[in-house]
Amino acid sequence: MKALARLWRRLPGTARAGVIVLVVFLLIAIIGPEVTPYNPGVTTPLQAASPSAAHLLGTTQTGQDVLSQILVGVRLTLELAFWVGVIATGLSVIIGVTAAYAGGLVDEFLSLVTNVFLVIPALPLLIVLLGFLSGTSSGQGQLPVIFVLSLLGWPWGARVIRAQALSIRSRDFIAAARETGERSWRIIVFDVIPNMVSLIAASFVNTVLYAVGASVALAFIGLTDPNQWSLGTMLYWAELGNALQIGAWWWYVPPGLAIAFLGTALVLLNTGIDELSNPRLRDARSTTKIAGRRVWPTDPTPVLGTAYGHRGLAGLARSFSRKSLIDEAAVSAGNTEKAGELT
Amino acid sequence: MSPVLDIKDLSIAYRTPAGDVRAAQHVNLTINKGEVVGLCGESGSGKSTLAYGACRLLRPPAVVTGGSVLYSGVRTGTVMPIDILRVPQRDLRAIRWRDVAIVFQSAMNALNPVLRVRDQITDAMTAHLRLSKDAAHEKASKLLDLVGIPRERLRSYPHELSGGMRQRVMIAMALAADPEVVIMDEPTTALDVVVQRDILAQIVELKETLGFSVLFITHDMSLLLELCDRIAVMYAGRIVELGRAADLKEAPAHPYTQGLLRSFPSLRGARRDLSGIPGTPPDLRDPPHGCPFIPRCGFAQPGCAQVDMSLLPVPGGRSPLHVTACPFVTPEIAAKAALLEQQPTAAEGALS
Amino acid sequence: MTQDAAITLTSAAAGNGPLALEATGLSKDFRLGRGAILHAVRDVNISLYKGAVVALVGESGSGKSTVARMLAGQERPTAGVIELDGEPVDVRTGRAFRRYKSEVQYVFQDPFGSLNPVHSVGYHLARPVRLHQGRDVDVKKRVIELLEQVRLTPATQFEPKYPHELSGGQRQRVSFARALAAEPNVLLADEPVSMLDVSIRLEMLNLLDDLRKRLRLALLYITHDIASARYFADEVLVMYGGQVVERGPAEEITQQPAHPYTQLLIASAPDPDNLGSVLKSGNSVPRARGAGSGPAAVGCPFSNRCPLADDKCRAENPALHQLTAVRAAACWRLPEAAPELFATGTA
Repeated sequence: MKALARLWRRLPGTARAGVIVLVVFLLIAIIGPEVTPYNPGVTTPLQAASPSAAHLLGTTQTGQDVLSQILVGVRLTLELAFWVGVIATGLSVIIGVTAAYAGGLVDEFLSLVTNVFLVIPALPLLIVLLGFLSGTSSGQGQLPVIFVLSLLGWPWGARVIRAQALSIRSRDFIAAARETGERSWRIIVFDVIPNMVSLIAASFVNTVLYAVGASVALAFIGLTDPNQWSLGTMLYWAELGNALQIGAWWWYVPPGLAIAFLGTALVLLNTGIDELSNPRLRDARSTTKIAGRRVWPTDPTPVLGTAYGHRGLAGLARSFSRKSLIDEAAVSAGNTEKAGELT
Repeated sequence: MSPVLDIKDLSIAYRTPAGDVRAAQHVNLTINKGEVVGLCGESGSGKSTLAYGACRLLRPPAVVTGGSVLYSGVRTGTVMPIDILRVPQRDLRAIRWRDVAIVFQSAMNALNPVLRVRDQITDAMTAHLRLSKDAAHEKASKLLDLVGIPRERLRSYPHELSGGMRQRVMIAMALAADPEVVIMDEPTTALDVVVQRDILAQIVELKETLGFSVLFITHDMSLLLELCDRIAVMYAGRIVELGRAADLKEAPAHPYTQGLLRSFPSLRGARRDLSGIPGTPPDLRDPPHGCPFIPRCGFAQPGCAQVDMSLLPVPGGRSPLHVTACPFVTPEIAAKAALLEQQPTAAEGALS
Repeated sequence: MTQDAAITLTSAAAGNGPLALEATGLSKDFRLGRGAILHAVRDVNISLYKGAVVALVGESGSGKSTVARMLAGQERPTAGVIELDGEPVDVRTGRAFRRYKSEVQYVFQDPFGSLNPVHSVGYHLARPVRLHQGRDVDVKKRVIELLEQVRLTPATQFEPKYPHELSGGQRQRVSFARALAAEPNVLLADEPVSMLDVSIRLEMLNLLDDLRKRLRLALLYITHDIASARYFADEVLVMYGGQVVERGPAEEITQQPAHPYTQLLIASAPDPDNLGSVLKSGNSVPRARGAGSGPAAVGCPFSNRCPLADDKCRAENPALHQLTAVRAAACWRLPEAAPELFATGTA
């Protein structure tokens, strides 16, 4: 608990916003389906009705309650994204770290496999695989999507993880672990991977983000099971029902916004993880407040008690003035004289 | 002798969430024209902080909390001395590199790995000196001649040069604008002794020819004793002893200096007994009262906690320029203690 | 290169105890791109005796670290034999490597990089204890013992600490303790103190000395600082361009160097007593330029920098020539380089 509190304090403001939004989504995912005011699949005669007291987010063209659909959809989308994240990140870690640690032919082979997967055009492959799977009995539910997205989602992470694992492997403490007589698998699991936790976490968040986007896109095209109320499926039905043309904004805007917020929250969380793990990022990009003044990393060291600076109009004016203690013209003349001594 | 650089009462701190780390406190140091001044200290002594802070090169969270740095060089049309700490930013840019140049510790880190040597030098020159590209190229060639690098190397990248050559390139760049003061931060630490001697001899030769002053920062006291005119010894952010090299060698007054001198195995002469200094430097977030060396000092006494660390002439010293922050220990006391220590050598952990 | 001189040469370290580790004809070649080969180590003989310190002195690139890594089993020699307690060493299998590790341990140079930042001191020490001491040992007790051996006391306070909470000197002590946890007979210390503050180097070397005496370790001390080798070591081997150019007792080598390279090293070390130094203002003397070139590829590696080099030096690589029972130097020009030694030594 204390460690979590410490982490929270070190996160920049934007990342904290992301975490809060994510927590909200998680809560919705957990309790959402239990508190739906209606069964999302039940049709009512109230077709394409705009938001009212009975239906807070209106209804679809077949009279289904949009709010209930969203409450269920968030869980489905997050579930899918989470599983893809876990499987794909797991694969990236195994393949990336093994390639980096083993080196030689193993590395060559695994890198080749990674590159092949990276280069394959993802969307056509997804369409083909999903089309194939939906024809079989296992084509129901989210499983095909999870399978297909994991299969195509690990290569990017694997490359990044391999790169960092390579750099860790060349550190002295890994050689020292070998010197102690540790076996290779133990070194990988207990010495290399613990040093990569923040990269793996960032890769996981990234993969989740990719899964959210990809699953929505696939659902929108109609490649996934349309009977599942995920956010993407909602958009699919909204498109089919011409929601845009009939002006039923309440049908497509809420799921769209939900996806947008979810994605943004994940990105913000990722920048937070980046900064936590690399303090130099923190120092390099932002200003620091010292003695009540904003100091950029490229500014000269501030001196306490000096009146000059960029505070106020007087300071601003001074910084643009041509007058200076040192006469520029005299300087360049003087220096070319002195420069002559070098020849 | 007029001072070219006069550091007065300089204090620098790092503002961290855990409190101010007082990296340098009330430092007074002057550098005269044509002089080689050594700044000796270990990690945490504040020597690099002092040198970079004096040019305002420290990044946040560093703050200069007090003092002034007066520069009085040769420059037509200007009223001297100028306080580097209080000068507007445009003037600061003019002073840096043209009047006060710095040779950084690790040339590999200070040189841009994707630029050829020639481009790095001319880059700086065209920015500061307003030379045409051709004039800058010509000057870069002459500079490399000056530091003893073949002219063909202008087209090399930093990683293609040896460590010694890279350091020479750094020195050439520092000298390009003919500065008055050159600050060198551990310029030869990563090099082996033969290359080190070569480069340092070169620097001395250049100094005699071009007339600049040098502030040489290192932890290698024996090198400073051979190289410098005057040496300042820093500990925990303060100067604890300052004086001519000969005085510090013959009659070190501060216990820390004495400890340092006993930490270097020598190649010539009889095998002395070495003792080093036990303990570790203090935490600068909470500097102790009085002298920071108390926990490691063999002469510590109750009065040490009230010492105000101002530098006073060494009692019985050969020169009034030889000052120390320790009011209790004199060279004679130290010499007697050293004699006593050397008697039971077998029993002590000293290497025999 | 003939090695008959080495057969009659005894190591200056031989008197301290039995032979622990011996390497004969050790060589290592690295294949660079485009067919070029780097002869990092050429034909090196080293003998490590229990209770004695042998120093390997050289600049970076001289091959000294490569020698240490070969002795540690981290690199496979291109040629040559390493014998531990008289038996030839073969560390190709994992099990053989681990057995070798319980006899020969290597200490790294960088105290800031050789400890894993995510593990505590206790973990760093418990692992080798578990790996090398079998199942019945009380790990916790042994870890405390090790911490006390390297004078990190109170040991219970240091055991849970993480590397970033320790100073450089403390971290290096943990590195020593980790090496000692395997209870080795041979300790290969690669520049163990060069990254530490000057005032604590002595303490560290004293500690190593103490451990050597108490545990009867055979110590290989690798350094670029020949002055510390004078104090710490029994025998000094000077390396240049991958070869041993001079060897002998530490005191003799540093006070009366025979090989021109050793002489250059000694002359270049800072000397506060040198009033006529070129480093003193006003003493500038025009120096010969042209340094900065690496070892020569043909003939004696030092021939392109040696003031005494002649055509024979540039054409043929000299073997170690025995000067006394315990000293040898590889130089064709020894009568000029070290006249007093050559007259009295065995020709």
